[in-house]
Amino acid sequence: MTTAPLDKTNALETMPMGKSKLSHTAVFWIAFSVVIAVLIAAPLVLPEFWRRFLTEVLIWGLLAMSSDLLIGYTGMISFGHSAFFGLGMYGAAGALLVASPPNLWLAVLFGLAGAAGAALFVAFFSIRLRDIYFAITTLIFSQIFYVIIFTWTAVTGGENGLIFTRPHLSIPFLYDARFTTTTMHWFVLAAVTASYLILRRVTQSPFGMVLQSIRENEARTRAIGYAVERYKMVAVMLSGLFAGLAGVLYAIQNQFAAPDFVYFLTSGDTVIYNVMGGIGTLVGPIVGAGFFQLARELLSRLFGDQFPYLIPLGIVFIVMIIFLPQGLLGFARRWLNR
Amino acid sequence: MNAVGHFFQTFPLDLLIIQTVNGLVAGMILALVASGLTLIFGIMDVVNFAHGELFMFGAYIGVVVMAGTGSFWLALIAAALIVALLGAALQIVTLRPLIGRDPLNTILATFGISLVLQNFALWQFGPTARRMPEPITSHFRLFYLDYPWYRIVIALLSAAIIGGFWLFLKYSRFGIWIRATAQDRVMAQAMGIPVPLVYTGVFAIGAAMAAASGVLFAPLVGVNHAMGLDWVLKAFIVVVVGGMGNLGGSIAAAIFISLLESYATIWVDPSQAVIVSFVVLILTLLFRPTGLFVSTPR
Repeated sequence: MTTAPLDKTNALETMPMGKSKLSHTAVFWIAFSVVIAVLIAAPLVLPEFWRRFLTEVLIWGLLAMSSDLLIGYTGMISFGHSAFFGLGMYGAAGALLVASPPNLWLAVLFGLAGAAGAALFVAFFSIRLRDIYFAITTLIFSQIFYVIIFTWTAVTGGENGLIFTRPHLSIPFLYDARFTTTTMHWFVLAAVTASYLILRRVTQSPFGMVLQSIRENEARTRAIGYAVERYKMVAVMLSGLFAGLAGVLYAIQNQFAAPDFVYFLTSGDTVIYNVMGGIGTLVGPIVGAGFFQLARELLSRLFGDQFPYLIPLGIVFIVMIIFLPQGLLGFARRWLNR
Repeated sequence: MNAVGHFFQTFPLDLLIIQTVNGLVAGMILALVASGLTLIFGIMDVVNFAHGELFMFGAYIGVVVMAGTGSFWLALIAAALIVALLGAALQIVTLRPLIGRDPLNTILATFGISLVLQNFALWQFGPTARRMPEPITSHFRLFYLDYPWYRIVIALLSAAIIGGFWLFLKYSRFGIWIRATAQDRVMAQAMGIPVPLVYTGVFAIGAAMAAASGVLFAPLVGVNHAMGLDWVLKAFIVVVVGGMGNLGGSIAAAIFISLLESYATIWVDPSQAVIVSFVVLILTLLFRPTGLFVSTPR
């Protein structure tokens, strides 16, 4: 199975930087530090609205990045990431409602446990499937979770969802204070950065290489002797965990959990972020999320709230699949390397 | 043992028969939707994510034409024709450039199409559901219910369209081209069959079938912009359970799943009854991944 949008970007990643004297790693870490520094400083200069906006972009970026592990590296398109995101959200909500005083780390733990449970369930049934079958199955599983959450009103609040108070940002024995939009941003930034570094390490590890080998040729990978199913299982679980973390962060940021986020549209958005930003790059999906959210915000400011922003963005999405399958980041990288 | 006896004493036989009729009616509409989807998959290797939106669009065109002309049958034909043209245009613009690329690209592209169509409908027709009057208003007595004849007519019409389509595939020249392309694309091309035209034609036919089922279904519940996802999900389940690309299997699976869901609503809420079809899908994937209704596992 050769995948047109998948193979180009990676060939570029391993390409030497041409005339540049600096090694590839040095360039990477310099760029990384600059971006992180900008993101740390951003809430200090941005007005309130854009501060929250940036934080949400990071959260959506984390969700998209988690699904990139499957789309970009393993070659499996998940249309069910809303389930992991939503379970993370509801897990956090449960922890915050049950424990008093609400504890941040308990919320994270519960959210991750919820997402892991969902991921285990989905992975068990879907890993033996490939391509479109995997996409359809993940979509249907996410709908199962949606139906359960939507109809089990006694526990999940049904259509209204759950509302709770934000926990304190607490580091045991060191720090304990209410979240402000700035500390919230830093907290999210820290979580997303850590996730990125972990996922980057994973994709460059021998394990990540096997995933990419599954993407390129599943039958051959199996023939070499790798237990393909086990690798896929771990990939789906890992991806689900990080998606769950995004759900936890979103819940804490907005102080509610709603069934809408478990619905298919969230999964669809995740796929759009990936394609727009560039799959198989980890950073690309964050760029894609930023591009999408920014375009949406600008369109609704220009043409009013009722403007169907998904029509132009959907057309851009289709055009990108046909003409720019490596996404914005892949395109930029090719342009820089020229 | 006593509990079982009690269960059978209170077993609602009349309800069971009513739900059988309901299930058959829903199953025939679903079969019409799913046969278009499975046809497109079988010939083009494209999983058409936008199939539910074509269904929804057909229903909207039906509502508009019926409001304008007052004729249901005209609405049915107009919707099928317009959506067939729309489908052909979409195939030429978005799917034709993707031929030869990984099939995952086509699922992404059709997903994009579904987004655009759905939001176009929301923009044009607003979020409130549109109602469509039933063309046949008479009822007959089914136990304690006044059962509308229209539902029976839907089932028969769906069956007629599927039957007509089957005859078309079997005897018409274009149908023979379609079957030849399905069997061996390269060989068909070598024999002079215009494969790109077959692709476009197949997509248009599939779209027309989705639109026709949309119009037939519209008077039952009403039309809104988000109805597509439910149907495409159900159709996906049917197509997988029936065996991808297998027309007969899809029809059998559509009826089977609709009957199960229909029986499930005797005991649970309709919104939870869909879980029954999810469970059927999971069991199929676990034990017969090639499809329940495939006679010889390939």
